[in-house]
Amino acid sequence: MKTANKTITATELVKEALEKAKKYEEYNIFTFLNEEGALKKAKEIDERIARGEKVGKLAGVPFAIKDNYLSPEGETTASAHILEGFTSPITATSVEKLEAEGAILIGRTNLDAFAHGSSTENSYFGPTLNAYDKERVAGGSSGGSAVAVALDIVEFATGSDTGGSIRQPASFNGVYGLKPTYGAVSRYGVVAMASSTDCMGFFTKTPEDMDLLMSIAAGQDPKDMTTLPDFYEKSEVKKPKKIGVVKDFDNDSVNAEIRAALKTKTEELKKKGYEIVELDMPTLKYALAAYYIIVPAEVTSNLSRYDGVRYGFRSDNSKDLEALYENTRSEGFMPENKRRIMIGNFVLSSGFYDAYFLKAAKARTLIVKEYEEAFKKCDFILTPVSPNYAFKLGEKVNDPIAMYLEDLMSVSLNLAGVPGLSVPVGKAKNGLPLGLQLVGPRRSDKALIEFSKELK
Amino acid sequence: MKYYPTIGIECHVQLSTKTKLFSEVDNDARGKEPNSCVSPVCYALPGMLPRLNGEAIKFAIRAGKAMNCEINASSRFDRKHYFYPDSPKGYQITQFYHPIIGAGYVELPSGTKIRIEHAHLEGDAGKLTHFDNYSLVDLNRVDTPLIEIVSMPDIHSAKDAHDYCKELWRLMRFAKVTYGDLYNGNMRFDVNVSIAPEGSDKLGTRAEVKNLNSFRSVERAVEYEIARQTKILEAGEKVVQETRGWSDATGKTTGQRSKEEAKDYRYMPEPDIPPINLSRQFINDEAAKLPMMPSDYREKFNGKIPTDILEILLDYPELMEKLNGIDEKHITIISNLFTSVLLAEEKSAEYLNDLPDVKKLSDLAEMNEKKELSSTATKEVFLRLFDPQMKGRDTKAIAKELGLIQENDLGALEAIVDAVLAKPETKKAQDDFRNGEEKVIGFLVGQVMKESKGKANPSAVQQILRDKLK
Repeated sequence: MKTANKTITATELVKEALEKAKKYEEYNIFTFLNEEGALKKAKEIDERIARGEKVGKLAGVPFAIKDNYLSPEGETTASAHILEGFTSPITATSVEKLEAEGAILIGRTNLDAFAHGSSTENSYFGPTLNAYDKERVAGGSSGGSAVAVALDIVEFATGSDTGGSIRQPASFNGVYGLKPTYGAVSRYGVVAMASSTDCMGFFTKTPEDMDLLMSIAAGQDPKDMTTLPDFYEKSEVKKPKKIGVVKDFDNDSVNAEIRAALKTKTEELKKKGYEIVELDMPTLKYALAAYYIIVPAEVTSNLSRYDGVRYGFRSDNSKDLEALYENTRSEGFMPENKRRIMIGNFVLSSGFYDAYFLKAAKARTLIVKEYEEAFKKCDFILTPVSPNYAFKLGEKVNDPIAMYLEDLMSVSLNLAGVPGLSVPVGKAKNGLPLGLQLVGPRRSDKALIEFSKELK
Repeated sequence: MKYYPTIGIECHVQLSTKTKLFSEVDNDARGKEPNSCVSPVCYALPGMLPRLNGEAIKFAIRAGKAMNCEINASSRFDRKHYFYPDSPKGYQITQFYHPIIGAGYVELPSGTKIRIEHAHLEGDAGKLTHFDNYSLVDLNRVDTPLIEIVSMPDIHSAKDAHDYCKELWRLMRFAKVTYGDLYNGNMRFDVNVSIAPEGSDKLGTRAEVKNLNSFRSVERAVEYEIARQTKILEAGEKVVQETRGWSDATGKTTGQRSKEEAKDYRYMPEPDIPPINLSRQFINDEAAKLPMMPSDYREKFNGKIPTDILEILLDYPELMEKLNGIDEKHITIISNLFTSVLLAEEKSAEYLNDLPDVKKLSDLAEMNEKKELSSTATKEVFLRLFDPQMKGRDTKAIAKELGLIQENDLGALEAIVDAVLAKPETKKAQDDFRNGEEKVIGFLVGQVMKESKGKANPSAVQQILRDKLK
């Protein structure tokens, strides 16, 4: 990662990033460009370097944040109409930590509104285009951040991963994307999607950069009770011996080129002396169903606060309170938001709670156990990230089930709270990037990143 | 037919923790501007997460112990969803499935025991003030910690309902978990009333009267409901299960029209707050901090303070704590000063917060017992103990400065009596007394008191006068 020093100034780095951002405007990556603010910060850092003062590990490094991270620069909209006009007085803990090391925020990136989606097509601001094919989706929900890194506009970008929202767009655009262990990075100051599965992570161009960012951003945060005690830097990085592959994921529903890439990589690993272990993980097939009960339930709850009373968008011409709620939420939410709100309310309704939410919670416990069992047999697991490479814009917009199936191999990690790293492993015949997913036990993030270098 | 009422009560108690239940912002909004005690968490800004206040857990343990309740080592929070501007998050964080306080009981002064089903911690909602065509929202109260105490349906009269609420109020104040200011809603009561034919083993359909904020209105609302429901049943009609509101002005409950009678709160485990797991040690340590409770005082002062006086004093934990430090031989006089002097004062509420120390009170009692202070003088000195200007001085110094110490020295008194008797204007009275006119002794005593500038002990003076005028 290029940092500012005596030879390259932060101002030069920031200017270059801003120029690229403008050059790639048609990709619809940014919801806000922090031109003035970024240049001002760059100047400050350059002055400090000139004075010989100590600057942080990320001095002058331009970065972007997914637009669901709160910061006072620009409006925090989560690409949702209902948050239009909302400027945050607060900065997310993770952004604060990165900025404290000298990183410079150059913009906020596009996402599926409230992170609901797998293609960034559900954004109020329109879709972000794939870095390798403008007719294809960027993936999602953190599509803007993935493309910003893939097109080399910024050195890194933040994302949030509730069911695959970092890993899938990373694989669609040929960059590294980490969903850390649940609770590794603070969720404070990030617009909540589903509190029990939301994980804050990053897009980078190298495993080394990922490690550096995690060493800065991970850690217990008193403002987020679900953060784990500091473990990232302390964790032992042992070289793994056994790599698991999940038999259940090796079938015709997965794109042949992705299956071939997985096969090639496992052969390479074998040659390097790793033992490949075949795993039976029969409960994983229930992960998607459980996920699409638990997550909408939490989504509906977390979206209750958007009522037009205190901030953001408020519908005009509402005669009474009920109309204010109805109109604001009807006009302010995207169709996919509404779909999840309805599912969530349904599964939490009295009379249905036991049949749906409670049952899904039990399935979740089984999935947690299945991962625990799997990691007794191997050190890490290697799987596809998603069944396909980047699909065409509009291809799945009208088929929510097909869109949900994109998350088939990624959601179980969120239910289990284990880390997953999307690793670029080459290209398909049509030139689109292919990615594989490395899965580790809870708190193995550092070792997982280290091991990913073996897949290069 | 005779009907038998059955009553269950839910009581909300606002805890007086320094900061709120889920964020570090001032929890004491008394006398403060609307919306000035509000954090981004209370305001439900996007991306904000609740941060549980450990103090509230300790308060809940004490409150639970005050009601003889089990404390659950493991408890957790849930979300209760509803849309209203008093609830910025769109849900209340409460404990629906696993409350921190388990079963227990409250014993009324009459000896009746009311069982507690459970009590749970939750965040309070904001306050709306409605005007003709607009409403104002004040979020100062949002996330003030509450415990909701749910009784078993063990109450069977309006009087017991009153006494139960009052006893809860006392317990919470003695446990020091609430300011207990009913007028400002620190404690609020929801009363469930049903009646059934006497002897029936089935409960009748209940009506819930919500948001009562005085013991008197609890009693009156229950009386009203029993009468209303009796009338309905006697007319052969059915009681409707509903929520009703109470008006102090009309003395009536009225059905509250609600479009969706069966509200679905869509409860869900609160994913932002991990489960609370308390060690036995932690619970025991906190329980040990529970001060003496009304029942402890009843036992301690049984036979030493008359029951009616004690029951008045038990409304004031400050006074009971003070009495607890007073030597037994002074208890009668001090408890009388508390009830008949202090509580009668206009500024009594202020005085309660700043009671004189035990030494000063004991000295006062001793001076009274030694007849150095008349009963009037004792009351006067007692009130002066609260005078900020007298703060640094001990009781004796104050009494002296006020010139209220009685002259008990018989030699000195005799000299004063002699001087008075030598005065020509007392001549006639002396003659009248000798001639059997008993009541003129009062005049003579008065003259001596005047001569002594009020310091003489009047009964001693009378004795000397009687001896001299034999």
